[in-house]
Amino acid sequence: MADDEEIILSELSDDELVLQMHDDLYDGLKEEIEEGVNILIARNWTPYDTLTKALVAGMTIVGADFRDGILFVPEVLLAANAMKGGMAILKPLLIATGAPRMGKMVIGTVKGDIHDIGKNLVGMMMEGAGFEVKDLGINNSVEKYLAAIESEKPDILGMSALLTTTMPYMKVVIDTLKEKGMREDYIVLVGGAPLNEEFSKAIGADAYCRDAAVAVETAKAYMLRKHNRATA
Amino acid sequence: MAQDLLSRLMATQDWLLADGATGTNLFNMGLSSGEPPEFWNIDQPDNIRTLYRGAVQAGSDLFLTNSFGGNAARLKLHSAQGRVGELNRVAASLGREIADAAGRPVVVAGSIGPTGEIFEPMGTMTHALAVEIFHEQAEALKAGGADVLWIETMSAFEEYAAAAEAASLAGMAWCGTMSFDTAGRTMMGLTSAGMAALVEKMAHPPLAFGANCGVGAADLMRTVLGFEMTNTHRAIIAKGNAGIPKYHDGHIHYDGTPDLMADYAVLARDAGVKIIGGCCGTMPEHLKAMRHALETRPKGPKPSVEDIQTKLGAFSSAKDGTGDTSGDPKRERRNKRG
Repeated sequence: MADDEEIILSELSDDELVLQMHDDLYDGLKEEIEEGVNILIARNWTPYDTLTKALVAGMTIVGADFRDGILFVPEVLLAANAMKGGMAILKPLLIATGAPRMGKMVIGTVKGDIHDIGKNLVGMMMEGAGFEVKDLGINNSVEKYLAAIESEKPDILGMSALLTTTMPYMKVVIDTLKEKGMREDYIVLVGGAPLNEEFSKAIGADAYCRDAAVAVETAKAYMLRKHNRATA
Repeated sequence: MAQDLLSRLMATQDWLLADGATGTNLFNMGLSSGEPPEFWNIDQPDNIRTLYRGAVQAGSDLFLTNSFGGNAARLKLHSAQGRVGELNRVAASLGREIADAAGRPVVVAGSIGPTGEIFEPMGTMTHALAVEIFHEQAEALKAGGADVLWIETMSAFEEYAAAAEAASLAGMAWCGTMSFDTAGRTMMGLTSAGMAALVEKMAHPPLAFGANCGVGAADLMRTVLGFEMTNTHRAIIAKGNAGIPKYHDGHIHYDGTPDLMADYAVLARDAGVKIIGGCCGTMPEHLKAMRHALETRPKGPKPSVEDIQTKLGAFSSAKDGTGDTSGDPKRERRNKRG
């Protein structure tokens, strides 16, 4: 390409820098994202604006292209990894400045299922959208989900399965929540390649999320409803 | 090395019928969700015999062993990483027993599924470790009497290649399919045409390659047409799901009927597919309908994308990434960094 010359991030205007950071997120350039975050903070941007305007907005583009089949898992993993670099810098600052919290999610792959690519993407995209995420990893029994709900007090429970042999286990978890009278206390989102909307309804989840971008949109919508219900 | 049974059958038959689902069948026999199906090789061997016999009696020329998740990375979830040898050996030997009693040649194909790990640099799995994991499984399947190895449901070509290398180390002929479930590509973004091209560059290439699982029979047939865009001469495998999973009364049920799968099998044959089978949701009654259709319906012209859609239903995505001249799935860039 003709315009292959080095770009000096610190020489860009705020607007230019934010657009450049969207590109760098798209390309999964972790060091550049960390540098960009540090520059914006040094220019007296609030941590919350830095998060939402540079990182979340950038990841929204990544999420949309993932949803539309333009980007695939390898590219999204790299982008999420770059975002994580920026988040590591912002996290303590966000807490110190009392930035608004989107909500908290406990997420894990169900018992018997090792596949965690989709679950990891959801976790990273949710963090990218400002949610606090507790990742339980793979192979979670109903007991492990319950213990995490107890200790983390999340708003949202996310469950993932990639195998038709493990997806019915989601119902076991939801049924246990119902038995304990706790089902209505949480938003339950489910996802994974073999799932669909109908399955999610049949097992009593709140929503099926086709991919990480949809998971973020759905989580935001349900959090809004939850707030409205609380204040109604 | 004496020629394997599958190569001999492929040399004399226009098409071969493979088997259907493993998981769906085992669930119907009472396997509970979250439990590793491979444990049943030891704990419920009669159920595994019933699974294999179901395919053979429905007319399959080839069936896969109950060892899809039988690698150390997967079995570790159940603290059974030390049982790779035992579980795979028995998976194959039970298969040998059923195949040898069939009264006609039936191929026992040793199933090798993915580790579930992501490869470097995005993940932590290395090529060397993956080869070691698959090699352990391959040797056990060989020891149990598998005729060939059957690598399936792969998303990353790195992992497909690692399993192929393991087959080579074990001195086994192999077949290998990937799952094209994300906008017509694998989860890692590989297109059907891309896979076909990579297969031809392999040092120890497969007897046949193709697609399994994914999203329904229509998508799978579009993937087959994608393979053929490369003018490959290698035998192609189609193992599509019997429709889409639905949930009824605690059971997963696939909505594809035996009639639909019969149409799919005939389309696959007319498209030039050599090994035709099903995946999730494909039960013995589907296989019977497929066999009957393949034997009785006359060979037709190679189907077009439109024919597939008319007979099997709509695709899950408008495009599948093949025929894209731009190559990389990248958007227009504002500018490029040095």
